[in-house]
Amino acid sequence: MKRAVLLFAAVALVAVACEREERGFRVEPPQAARIDSKQLSTLQPGEPAPQQIVHNEYEQNAFALTEGKRLFSQMNCVGCHAYGGGAIGPALMDDKWIYGSRPEQVFATIVEGRPNGMPSFRNKLPDYQIWQLAAYVRSLSGQVPKDAAPGRNDNMQVKEPENSKDREIPNDATLPPSAERPE
Amino acid sequence: MKRSIAKTMALVGALAFAACGGSQNALDSAGVQSGRIESLWWVFFWITAVIYVIVMTVLAVAIFRRKRSDEKTVPETQPDPVDEQWTANIIKGAVGVSVIILFTLMILSFRTGRAINTLSAEQSPIEIQITGNQWWWDVEYRDPIPSMNIRTANEIHLPVGRPVKLTLQSLDVIHSFWLPNMHGKMDLIPGYKSTFFFRPDEIGTFFGQCAEFCGYQHAKMRLVLFVESQEDFEKWAAAQRAIPPAPSDPVQMRGQQIFQQSVCTQCHAVAGTTANARVGPDLTHVSSRHFIAAASLHNVRDHLKIWITDPQSIKPGVRMPMNNYTEEDLNALVTYIENLK
Repeated sequence: MKRAVLLFAAVALVAVACEREERGFRVEPPQAARIDSKQLSTLQPGEPAPQQIVHNEYEQNAFALTEGKRLFSQMNCVGCHAYGGGAIGPALMDDKWIYGSRPEQVFATIVEGRPNGMPSFRNKLPDYQIWQLAAYVRSLSGQVPKDAAPGRNDNMQVKEPENSKDREIPNDATLPPSAERPE
Repeated sequence: MKRSIAKTMALVGALAFAACGGSQNALDSAGVQSGRIESLWWVFFWITAVIYVIVMTVLAVAIFRRKRSDEKTVPETQPDPVDEQWTANIIKGAVGVSVIILFTLMILSFRTGRAINTLSAEQSPIEIQITGNQWWWDVEYRDPIPSMNIRTANEIHLPVGRPVKLTLQSLDVIHSFWLPNMHGKMDLIPGYKSTFFFRPDEIGTFFGQCAEFCGYQHAKMRLVLFVESQEDFEKWAAAQRAIPPAPSDPVQMRGQQIFQQSVCTQCHAVAGTTANARVGPDLTHVSSRHFIAAASLHNVRDHLKIWITDPQSIKPGVRMPMNNYTEEDLNALVTYIENLK
């Protein structure tokens, strides 16, 4: 009986590992029902619209997350955000999210760009790569499962790898600074 | 779906033929060092072949001469001292001969190793920096005058008889540079620059290969060496240094517009335009190359089209993303690329 349980556990473990590392080179990217960016005004007709929850499957996939990590350097995100700690751009490994922490909000921020320096990558990256980037950006503050987050860096880095990062509870700003009314 | 499978099969067939074009053979040396490696190889081959034959003969004799025992024969309890002496002598002799042969081979191997690493630099060598990427080779000819630098990918042109100094580095994992007709292998290690010299002594086309497993498309990380006369090389180098002319007809202009406005410029560079990324191969003179996709596809229009729209069907896992263009736009884009000579 005990042996059967152990065997079952082993098989289940193998199956879990497959899912985690699955490399879909020709799969469709996760589709957001619509790009749901941060509301830029406190005003709206009637009640606020409900949030649309978008599930980014790439956040459970180790390969997609490391691809996101590669793009994060190659597309020069590190130029402003450094390796997550922030430089001339805001830090991405803390709990502050100016334009929203949900996957589709990160996606929208990358596609649309944001005031004061964040460039727009509209038509400059295929959708699936932006979803990979969005997944990786969320892994910087521990928002993705630890068994999928990257466990090592290619170069020497002072910060711990993403899978050792404890989850920061996202603290989404009620209104981004660009939407605040001038005093 | 079926058609795309047929297309892929046709491409694979074409690939097999492409392999016949040049030489990729360590026993067909075209340089000093590979010549030494080749002679050493033959010495090893003949010595080990003779030993193999001797061992196999002795083994066969032992098998056929074994005593036919049946249940009635009494097993020997006391070994024959003369027999014992014989056996001991044979073992001693064989050990002695083995030691002598192994030391001879070792000394020959040391001598060859030393000889191939001291290439006399009578002429100033051409300096090339090669950067390994998953899964292609970034080739940069270094010149003291920066405007004389040449950047290309996967294809190396060299004048015959002039030594080359290669500086090898890697941006991701360990690769290994191997042109069997020229020299042995040399690893490309991330964070470390390794150098080595070779001298091509024969005009011809030679294929090379990544020789260290580096991921999904390791087998399709190939490179080509064209050894040419000095004049041909100068002509090629001058063409590579020139900035390609701006497109003149409307189709090409549309192609350039698509190139500049879509994802291409995130990774590729074309001299003379705003595209200057260094993540992927430099496309300034892409149409002067014979192959695309790290020498795994012939550089023809149909291959370019399938490479742009569905590279994952040819090299699954390659960094080049799939792209969606209308037929008209794709034609314009390919026409533009075909004119980057």
